[in-house]
Amino acid sequence: MTDASPPQTFQMDGHDVAFTPGQSILTAALAAGRYIPHLCFHPEFTAHGSCKVCTVKVNGQPHASCTTPARSGDVVESDTDELTQLRLNLVQFLFAEGNHFCPSCEKSGACTLQGVAYELGMTTEHYSPLFPDRPVDASHPDVLLDFNRCILCELCIRASAIHDQKHVFALSGRGITKHLIVNAESGRLADTALALSDKAMTVCPVGVILRKRQGFAVPIGERRYDHQPISAVAVGHRPKEDGHE
Amino acid sequence: MPTSLDTAPNPETLRRIVIEPVSRVEGHGKVTILLDAERKVQQVRLHIVEFRGFERFIQGRPFWEVPVMVQRLCGICPVSHHLAASKAMDQIVGATRVPATATAIRRLMHYGQILQSHALHFFHLASPDLLFGFDSDPAKRNVVGVLAAHPDLARHGILLRKFGQEIIRITAGKRVHGTGSIPGGVNKRVTPAERDELRAPLADVVAWAEAGVRLVADLFAANRALYEGFGTVRSSLLSLVAPDGALDLYDGVLRARDADGGILFDGVRCADYGARIHENVRSWSYMKFPFFAELGPERGWYKVGPLARIQNCDSIGTPRAEAARQEFLARTLGTIQHAPLAYHWARMIELLHAAEVIERLLADPALVGDELTATGARATTGIGVIEAPRGTLIHHYEVDADDLVTMCNLIVSTTHNNTAMNEAIRQVARQYLDGREPTEGLLNHIEVAIRAFDPCLSCATHALGKMPLAVEIVDAAGALVTRLVRDGESL
Ligand code: SF4
Ligand code: FES
Repeated sequence: MTDASPPQTFQMDGHDVAFTPGQSILTAALAAGRYIPHLCFHPEFTAHGSCKVCTVKVNGQPHASCTTPARSGDVVESDTDELTQLRLNLVQFLFAEGNHFCPSCEKSGACTLQGVAYELGMTTEHYSPLFPDRPVDASHPDVLLDFNRCILCELCIRASAIHDQKHVFALSGRGITKHLIVNAESGRLADTALALSDKAMTVCPVGVILRKRQGFAVPIGERRYDHQPISAVAVGHRPKEDGHE
Repeated sequence: MPTSLDTAPNPETLRRIVIEPVSRVEGHGKVTILLDAERKVQQVRLHIVEFRGFERFIQGRPFWEVPVMVQRLCGICPVSHHLAASKAMDQIVGATRVPATATAIRRLMHYGQILQSHALHFFHLASPDLLFGFDSDPAKRNVVGVLAAHPDLARHGILLRKFGQEIIRITAGKRVHGTGSIPGGVNKRVTPAERDELRAPLADVVAWAEAGVRLVADLFAANRALYEGFGTVRSSLLSLVAPDGALDLYDGVLRARDADGGILFDGVRCADYGARIHENVRSWSYMKFPFFAELGPERGWYKVGPLARIQNCDSIGTPRAEAARQEFLARTLGTIQHAPLAYHWARMIELLHAAEVIERLLADPALVGDELTATGARATTGIGVIEAPRGTLIHHYEVDADDLVTMCNLIVSTTHNNTAMNEAIRQVARQYLDGREPTEGLLNHIEVAIRAFDPCLSCATHALGKMPLAVEIVDAAGALVTRLVRDGESL
């Protein structure tokens, strides 16, 4: 704060959180070192509020904190049993909807979905898994798409469209049949303009968009969330580099 | 199929006895016995009751994921699958010469696994039968009974296991579901500090292993007729041996002997296993029945595992284990020992060998080197063979130009021993059950014979593991590990 006016604040779980106008509740909270679980938000892209994992109560009403502007004097609840349970259910839906086998997933330890699940204390899947049949796309020489793990956060879509100016990814279908597609007549990643240097290569929170032949080159135990929980890493206490991408 | 008790001519008229589940073995198996009105045994079969098609599951997956994924085949010897798949994938990435450091680390991991698995099997699963008798009080015939009656022995068993598990943790990154071995090498060094930590208990480890060998050798000497006759069936033998013919559990060439010890084939490259070993299916079992092609399905079955290995090799390259092996060989005066109970003796000799190999590896400067991986020209076929604790383990993959697995064939140790185990329990049934009213003690005789082979029934059927998917998902150090650990460490 360089000007003399007092910082604007809202209350979150009994603490004052300072913000600058234009910040969302989520970005203000993260900047203040207060973690709110979230999946589809990425600081470099406009929030789009689809996963709802970041839901908080603002003056008693539920809102996605990533798309709700911070307002002076608001009373925000985040760390409550009720909201944790709601978030847990959402995450469990995501696990049930895709095929998530953490013990053999090369993203394990650097996966946001797994990190959030730990954070929420998830120990069982709870819902019966749907076991969808989703073949991988291995056509690209350097990149593998393992659709089994897609949580439809659209970050790759946003990164490819906005940052890379390529529009490699898109969603197709509705409801439970909604799925990620690539922008090529053949439907194959090899026939898109995706390159290893694209921003879209780095934003997937789970293990869908993978650099090929990387696998387990970085040992489990030396990955992004292996030393600190996601709640610490997300607010900037990052002990070491990701170890995966 | 070799003997009379495989299929009864008129099963519907017979009385049926089921042992289910077979206890103190890994995985879930059952035995069915058919008796006629005079209680004469007419049919005996070991069945494996789960099947989850791992080979199909792995199709369409990227090859680099396989060494980690295959560990889910089995909660008790995941490291063997991890390494066999890695050896296959070395070929896919063209790592014709894996760096010496990576090989030393993998060997250390493997012999650590051998040590802990053999210790588990003998001290926890098998010793109750051997120390208390096959039809002793079932309430005492378990590891708790061993702890009470032979506390030092039980404690040494536990400490040997711990030592093996510590080696696995350091080399693979985790005690269960490690990721240390990757196509072309390993992903993690062993630091001098870690090496020194492992060196500390070595003298005790070797001493406990030697005491274990002594114990079984003495049991054998004291009950010679029982040990040599119990369930004994003659068969061929198969194992890897080093190119010079010495015992090698990590790498080598395939050698087979006939039941009299004559060489059937030798120096066969692992890549050529398919020309020598064919597989049969039987309508009543999910497990395949492999056989040597040159002898055919009737006569071509064989034994793998410790008993096969220590008689198939020309020597053991570590002095204590070789001395123990000479004592073992002296008993049969140069003929092949086929007794299932001799597996226990052979297993303890291997445990001692593993301790000595670990001692050597920990003294090898290559172990703490920095060169961890190699690559070369891509290949489409990868065949990795290793001697797992229970015997020869074959992993065979085809990988396409897009890096996906298109074919996977696994032959695990227990499958190799399928006919031998079935024949052994038929022999026990003839020896002990025929004409008598079956009691718990008599039926335990059947299980004693199965246990001698240390079968791992879950990996034999390529099960994916029985844990609910839910628990698998959050794992990294969580609930799934607990499940697998419970499976693998049935203390
Ligand atoms: S591929 Fe990854 S980044 Fe793209 S929508 Fe799916 S989960 Fe999100
Ligand atoms: S992070 Fe806010 S809705 Fe997904």
